Amino acid sequence: MIAEAGLAALWLAAALSALQLALSFGLGGEQGREMRAVRAVALAQGLLTLFAFGALIAVFLNSDMSVLLVAENSHSQKPWIYKFAGAWGNHEGSMLLWVAVLALAGAVVALFERRLDERTLGATLGAQAALALGFFAFLLFASNPFERLNPAPLDGRGLNPLLQDPGLAFHPPTLYLGYVGLSVAFSLAVGGLIQGNVGPALARAMRPWVLAAWILLTLGITAGSYWAYYELGWGGWWFWDPVENASLMPWLAATALLHSVNVLAARGGLRAWTMMLALVAFSMSMAGTFLVRSGILTSVHAFAVDPTRGTFILALLALYIGGALTLFAFRIADVKEGAPFELVSREGGLVANNLLLSVILGIVFLGTLYPLIAEALSGEKLSVGPPYFDSVAGPMALVLASLMMIAPQLRWRRDAAPILPRLAPGVLVALAVLVGTFILTPGIGLLPRLGLAIGGGLLPASLQPLIGRSLRRTPLATWGMAIAHFGVATAILGMASDSAFTREQLAAARPGETVEVGPWLVEFRSVSPVAGPNWTALEGELRASKGSGVTVLKPQSRFFPSPPTTTNEAAIDTSWNGQLYAVLGEQDGQGRWQLRLWWKPFVTLIWLGGILIGLGGALALVGRMARERRQRIRGEEAFA
Amino acid sequence: MSPWLRFLPLLVLVAFVGAVAWRLGKPAEEQIPSQLVGRQVPAFTLAPALPGRPGLASTWLAGGKPRMINVFASWCVPCIAEAPLLMELKRRGVVIDAVAVRDRPEDVAEFLANHGDPFERIGSDPESRVQLALGSSGVPESFIVDGQGVIRYQHMGPIEPNDLPRILREWEAAR
Repeated sequence: MIAEAGLAALWLAAALSALQLALSFGLGGEQGREMRAVRAVALAQGLLTLFAFGALIAVFLNSDMSVLLVAENSHSQKPWIYKFAGAWGNHEGSMLLWVAVLALAGAVVALFERRLDERTLGATLGAQAALALGFFAFLLFASNPFERLNPAPLDGRGLNPLLQDPGLAFHPPTLYLGYVGLSVAFSLAVGGLIQGNVGPALARAMRPWVLAAWILLTLGITAGSYWAYYELGWGGWWFWDPVENASLMPWLAATALLHSVNVLAARGGLRAWTMMLALVAFSMSMAGTFLVRSGILTSVHAFAVDPTRGTFILALLALYIGGALTLFAFRIADVKEGAPFELVSREGGLVANNLLLSVILGIVFLGTLYPLIAEALSGEKLSVGPPYFDSVAGPMALVLASLMMIAPQLRWRRDAAPILPRLAPGVLVALAVLVGTFILTPGIGLLPRLGLAIGGGLLPASLQPLIGRSLRRTPLATWGMAIAHFGVATAILGMASDSAFTREQLAAARPGETVEVGPWLVEFRSVSPVAGPNWTALEGELRASKGSGVTVLKPQSRFFPSPPTTTNEAAIDTSWNGQLYAVLGEQDGQGRWQLRLWWKPFVTLIWLGGILIGLGGALALVGRMARERRQRIRGEEAFA
Repeated sequence: MSPWLRFLPLLVLVAFVGAVAWRLGKPAEEQIPSQLVGRQVPAFTLAPALPGRPGLASTWLAGGKPRMINVFASWCVPCIAEAPLLMELKRRGVVIDAVAVRDRPEDVAEFLANHGDPFERIGSDPESRVQLALGSSGVPESFIVDGQGVIRYQHMGPIEPNDLPRILREWEAAR
């Protein structure tokens, strides 16, 4: 019954999105009444979709095996948290989550957006309704999450054990919220282009959405990276896998958009460019979802391949992105350009930031799709791996980080004051680190060495915009920027340290033997069986020490009976200066066990940096919204 | 902005949709042919993995007779499963050399003592350099190289009993 109610709610919501699209194109009568109607329709649509998603969670929690999706992806013996998270750990459920967030975002825009004139807002809501309609159709015709199974099986097949992890409850919804948050920026750009109204007001309406989506993408990617790091047991934190790239590309576009939308909001400049980025950011989200969901590219995230669904999403994608880009091509000539600026200015720095981010985006896009293009053109099968991405995107990222040492300190429009004194702290620290690495660790590679130097230099430089001003009166947005840039420096240091100083040890050891990795002596004590709620495991006991004190590590090789799978649970010991990472492998015939040990100095800085970047974004978002609220109240008072 | 530039994003989209639609219409094949078949073995020289036994160099592989190279390691469990089949191949006249990846002489000696020693020459590859140059992504992996030093066949993963006919066929073809 719950499943049928959920399906009915989806159909109703789809009908409402069609109605919203029609109303927005002015089929509804007078202006004011029409807007009220659109608001009500958008709200109802959002609530109905939320209800449908709630219904899906309910059938998963009840383990209702007569629902096909539950039978295929859940199991009555699973801990409740994985039944709950299992609702979106599969294709249909995750698409329903996607649509639910899309519809709710539309409702929020309809209810609370007050900065835009009614015509632009109407066109924006029309675009949002068009997006929702397509994805409703996809859900209802090609991926119905509520399909019944008759007769119902006694129990389900279970969730992929790799996904039975608390990280899963958090990672995909965060990314989806981020992806879909960018849909609002997309709709606003389409609305602005249709009405020929591209200016600071549009940018101010767009900014909180971009910022919120970007924060969520940052946190989602950071969480996903850490999940892959400890769950896959490969000791790496980023693999340039197509699905990882699918989340990185919208983030790169959103990062560029986040910076350029500020120029448009504050100075009225970079209009065409900002609109382009707003279209590209959500296009990348859709393309990313498509690549993930269609199974077109070979990836460790092996989702089921389904050509019908693939064709459906591809058609939607071609329609939406193609329509938006065509609109852009024809309308952008009518958009007036903003105030001029000189090369050395805040705007100049932001343009450079945008160009570099776009180039990195292009590099990742090309690398991700190159295997496909090469095979289409020449029939040759190949894959593009980390050496390409590291060696091409890495240096660009370091150039970008160097730019971050000075650009935030430049003035708007024109900056004639000498640059060197402001650049000095960062450059001096960077040079000191560079010299230090040559003396202390002459053997490391060029890229990690530069990473250490530039990351080190950016630490003080990122805080310079806070210097010389009253810290209490500094706007929260400036604090946010400084903290986010400090986070970038932190993450770069972590990445560089991981690739420069990681020590790896592969050993076949008998209980009682000792293995050396980096500064650690690891004694392999024993292997014993343990049991969990829905798995059994062999657990190794390792005693690690470096001089004084002993740390016990317990890596597991877990066996899940349903579906039958083995996973490696790495054991990680975190200390202030790095992580010791241990994986227990298989046993050979003579009582020896495969052990993989890594010592990764300062690797935690990578994710700490990610969290700082997100925190900086959150401060900026809160600061901007509070300021706008104050201004609105002041404006209303002045009016009264 | 020049009018042409405005349509550039649209062109990128058309290329993307075209490539993807082509792929959707033609599902990927399961078997990926090896890129290295038909190529010369990369130049390398490896020190002996065991004292008193010869090491392995690429110059040896162009000696007029075909050879098989087995990339293995004493810490690799599937290599143990494969060991009896390598002995069987040796019995049927296949000449096998080995690259021991990230290994220690005493471990290699113990491995060969326990699981049989089908190898003529064993080179030690402590940093996986030669393994990577050969395009091998894991252990075990086997290559058949003809008398001119050209790779004729690459077998990924452990050799299993029903792989033997294919390997012997490739071996005959390389002679």
